[in-house]
Amino acid sequence: MATRKMVDVFSDIDRDTALKANPSGYAITELAAEDDRILTLTADLSNVLAEFRKAFPDRYIELGIAETNSVSLAAGLASCGYVPYIFSMAPFGVLKTAEQLRTDADYNHLPVRLVGRLSGLAMGYFGTSHYAVEDISIARTLANTTVVAPADPNAVLALMRVTANLDGPVYIRIAEAADPVYDDVPEIGYGQWPRLREGTDITIAAHGMGVGLAVGAAKVLAERHGVSADVYDAAFLKPHDEAAIAASAGRTGKVLTIEDHLEIGGLGSIVAETVARHKLTADLAQCALPDKDLEVGVPAELYEYYGLTVPGVVARALQLCGGRPPHPVKCP
Amino acid sequence: MVEESQQGATLERGRPVTDVELLRRADWIRLQAVELIAQAGLGHYSSTFSCAEITATLYYHTLRLRPGEPDWPDRDRFLLGKGHVATGLWPVLADLGYYSRDWLQQFGKIGSPLNDHPNMRLARGIDFSSGSLGHNLSVGTGMALAARLSGRDYRTFVLTGDGELQEGQVWEAAMAASHYKLGNLVAIVDANGFSGSGPTSQAMNIEPLPARFEAFGWTVREIDGHDVPALRRTFDALPDTVSEQPVCVVARTRKGHGVDMMEKQPQAWHLGLLTPEQQADVVAEITARMELAAGAAS
Repeated sequence: MATRKMVDVFSDIDRDTALKANPSGYAITELAAEDDRILTLTADLSNVLAEFRKAFPDRYIELGIAETNSVSLAAGLASCGYVPYIFSMAPFGVLKTAEQLRTDADYNHLPVRLVGRLSGLAMGYFGTSHYAVEDISIARTLANTTVVAPADPNAVLALMRVTANLDGPVYIRIAEAADPVYDDVPEIGYGQWPRLREGTDITIAAHGMGVGLAVGAAKVLAERHGVSADVYDAAFLKPHDEAAIAASAGRTGKVLTIEDHLEIGGLGSIVAETVARHKLTADLAQCALPDKDLEVGVPAELYEYYGLTVPGVVARALQLCGGRPPHPVKCP
Repeated sequence: MVEESQQGATLERGRPVTDVELLRRADWIRLQAVELIAQAGLGHYSSTFSCAEITATLYYHTLRLRPGEPDWPDRDRFLLGKGHVATGLWPVLADLGYYSRDWLQQFGKIGSPLNDHPNMRLARGIDFSSGSLGHNLSVGTGMALAARLSGRDYRTFVLTGDGELQEGQVWEAAMAASHYKLGNLVAIVDANGFSGSGPTSQAMNIEPLPARFEAFGWTVREIDGHDVPALRRTFDALPDTVSEQPVCVVARTRKGHGVDMMEKQPQAWHLGLLTPEQQADVVAEITARMELAAGAAS
């Protein structure tokens, strides 16, 4: 994530780098080879499907810059037995089509998939029109829709695979700037949050690009501050892992959430609602985007500005732990 | 009425029916809708009436259906884009045997599969839910594409209102349908000239409809939407499903058609409830016409 340049994620890429640079395009090509019901649709985002188009030219449908039509049309395809994956830029794919996703896909329990590329602040440089920072709050209020936010390329593969056969809609929120978290494709059960590190002082939950930050921060917290963090990959935002949150929050009494999403309606809200439902006593804090006008800049600088960095997460965690480590750090 | 023994049977395209029968069926739809609306306490009269002949012709002559097997993959699809006129569809689907007429007794009640707008998850025979205007031409385009991909020869019909065409999504779909050369897709515009709050032309002009659809690459037929022979001829003459231009039938209709007081005040009867006295008059007017038609035919 160190780069301060905009990464061109639109260009065609060779197979060797496909998984790393274009994991959703790679994953859909794999899945389509196993399931001939799968189609891909794009609203002028065909570049990310270069490999798919080569492999399955007849199963790719370009719909132009017309997201609302794409979602309703996909619902029509799905009602006839197909499993359409719409590849779209997250802000336009979710926000512009929220009603089509709800009325045509969700209410009718149809297997429409929306792969939201360039979520969060990934297109920061282009301006706030290109932000998708409200998408989770919208998508997770749809009763029959599954919402996943892969932490890294391997997680993209895992989550697209585990959601491939669901009867209802799925929103797959792709974080382009994610640091690798998994060495290999992880096994993630439906609705499960992988526990990436066991700890006792503070719970840290994150999704998408935040997971790498959580893992990095937990290491620093342990090594430099003697704070033991219980770290979760909140891969499923709907359904979320209620049991994992309740158990961990009950153990630590402190939960920090990390997300490139507004502080309302996303993971922070999921955790707060869960803690309240279970009548737990826990202090909550967030590394998230404020509920106000956002700044414009290249993503790396925006992440720094909003504290979505390892030092930012460490600082917030220490603050939540009372401003100092809960256990004195022993000097050698 | 479809007998029990026939429920597995296919109702083929272009099945024989007389014009008088279709006209009487359209009036029967009006009577049934009046009853359902009275039962529910509120309903859309005049826009249901403007498309009664269209609905009758499609379901009793044009569509290839298998009521005993509503999910039959080769059935022709019918999408009620203007979902607020479902009271005109529920009696038809019951009559064709999709479900028992007892279902009609539950119309408008909590838990009923039949609502003011159609829900595909609840009601047999509904190919897609509707209610939010502007969606169903996109959905129908998806179904027509699915037919192409799967090599099936079903047709997809989408009935839209003219006010509905003010929704921009309709034109996204119109573009996609001609781009993908979907000659198996038919849009029928119930051009009754009114939307919810007044004349369509005053709210937002959508004419000239034929030229607009032609400009989007569609074949257009403009007919009187109450002229049953014209509806029949138009649907009978649809190009083969492998043809390459989607077809738009601009059906010029009268909102409230078939009931004098509603034709005079179409707007007032967009959404409402007849008093018992008014309802008696309306039923008498429609029934007298049906009897006259039957007498003339015999």
